[in-house]
Amino acid sequence: MVDAVRVENLTRRFGDFTAVDSVSFTVAPGEIFGFLGPNGAGKTTTIKMLTALLRPTSGNASVAGYDVVEEPGAIKHRIGYMSQLFSLYGDLTVRENVMLFAGLFGVTGERLHQRRAWVLRMAGLESHQEQPTATLPLGWKQRLALGCALIHEPPVLFLDEPTSGVDPIARRGFWDLIDSIASRGTTVFVSTHYMEEAEYCHRLALMNRGSLIALATPQDLRASMIDPILQLATNDPPRAVEILQEVPGVIEASLYGRFVHAVVADLGTARETLHSALTQHGLVCEQVTSVTPSLEDVFVALVRQQGGAAVG
Amino acid sequence: MTAITPALALHGLTRRFGDVVAVDDLTFDVAPGELFAIVGPDGAGKTTTMRMLAGVVRPSGGDAIVNGVSVASDPEGVKPHIAYMSQRFGLYTDLTVRENIEFYADLYQVPPHMRPARIERLYAFSQLGPFENRLAGQLSGGMKQKLSLSCALIHHPTVMLLDEPTFGVDPISRRDLWLIVHQMVADGTTVVVSTAYLDEAERCDRVALLHEGQVVALDDPQSLQRLWEGRILSLRADDPRALRDALQRIPQVQGATLFGNSVHAVVSNVEEDWPALSAAIDAAGIRVTYKEIVEPSLEDVFIDTVTGVEQPSG
Repeated sequence: MVDAVRVENLTRRFGDFTAVDSVSFTVAPGEIFGFLGPNGAGKTTTIKMLTALLRPTSGNASVAGYDVVEEPGAIKHRIGYMSQLFSLYGDLTVRENVMLFAGLFGVTGERLHQRRAWVLRMAGLESHQEQPTATLPLGWKQRLALGCALIHEPPVLFLDEPTSGVDPIARRGFWDLIDSIASRGTTVFVSTHYMEEAEYCHRLALMNRGSLIALATPQDLRASMIDPILQLATNDPPRAVEILQEVPGVIEASLYGRFVHAVVADLGTARETLHSALTQHGLVCEQVTSVTPSLEDVFVALVRQQGGAAVG
Repeated sequence: MTAITPALALHGLTRRFGDVVAVDDLTFDVAPGELFAIVGPDGAGKTTTMRMLAGVVRPSGGDAIVNGVSVASDPEGVKPHIAYMSQRFGLYTDLTVRENIEFYADLYQVPPHMRPARIERLYAFSQLGPFENRLAGQLSGGMKQKLSLSCALIHHPTVMLLDEPTFGVDPISRRDLWLIVHQMVADGTTVVVSTAYLDEAERCDRVALLHEGQVVALDDPQSLQRLWEGRILSLRADDPRALRDALQRIPQVQGATLFGNSVHAVVSNVEEDWPALSAAIDAAGIRVTYKEIVEPSLEDVFIDTVTGVEQPSG
């Protein structure tokens, strides 16, 4: 089977600045692939190259079997793109938006009838066709934007933070939809920095400073969490942070609500060491518990291992 | 025992827009020094509540007493006590980082001799010092949020109102922002924060879940999560979609959601319900490759509360 997305040593420089630095990965057909990274990591530049909007400085990339440099025209008809709703025209009705996208992608005749019906049914908007899009609730707009991005049945769908700002219930509904689309073979490439969205992906790629620093399933990424985290309850959390930062074996200490979180090198001895460090300084240490690292903890730890995120 | 005067006291706080009741009869207190979260879906009334507490929107009914001042009768009188960071905080994009902070210092009438120390402190939190001469319009999203928060904190408020402060901010900047908030809490400031991110609410002292303008749950995060302990199962199989579909057909399963390669199922009690589930999954011809009882997240609590999954008793 042909890879839906194939990236080999893909590089893009802007003057002296290397925005994307020899990145390689593949995405399988039907896969929901999460592309993560802080601001300035090179996510947007990579996606611009994959959608044939920007030429690579070196390396290769193909999408749906077509080379991004040799056949940019072919790619544009084989991808769908949805960013946080901004592709819809608020003063057009639901039906008019669908027709507009159909026109843009050359969907006509009998196929137009079928595709329009599919979009309206999928989005649950059959009885709202004449409603101005601006008056729809956010979750409905999102489904409509998704439908419009899929009007021409592209094999690869690019989503840019598709559910940011949506509440958890609407988010679950949206991802159910995405999954049903992927289950029929469409590849879904999701760019986001929200871990809530990453949880729904089959595989995650983490970018930082232009390089790919991790590529794994969410489960494996979580299991790979390098260093354990301890949560401490104490009577003076800010002072505890100062003290713990000086304790050997503590990689990082920070305030977490009423608690202090300490990333430690070795869980075995750390409980005792941390407890006695605080009591030696006259603090009360009421409780030390270990915390299951979240996907965000992993993300932050991996980025910090690489010397932190790009600034600016 | 003398009761502590709350930092904020809401009594039947209500706001209507025409026929729509955006905020419906909210009654709760926030203690001095508390870190209090208001969470809820879009349209739940979070922003309207925050605006009323800030004295920006007048209540249609009820009142909120903020630091002893009524928002209904004296909205202007509330403002010296609070810092309010709205979702569209007004930064001047053609002023530098430093000039924005100075501008808000003027607005809040912070005496000039106190400014250098406060600005240094804000830079220490926000890491914005090296960028103080950069135009605000040329900052990244995360840095803009940190600058907004710094501007809101240039006067020393007793109450901080933060309306979705981390919206659109990447995880690294999000951590920095929360460090600033935690430091303020450690210094005794009362903080009310609204957020759509349930993982952020988990670090707060107490959480109010808002749904359709009403509080549907109000407690500390640990107590809220405890109600759902032992009820969520994470399962994997070669075909996770088939597993999800099979689970949805089992009467004991109150909800089954696909997360990438895993399925989360909500039941009344994993221990008691597992035999029935296991039999039904077997009967569907599916082999479970992984099974784990997962700790309920606040997001699970929220979704299950709002969508009316059968409530646990006790």
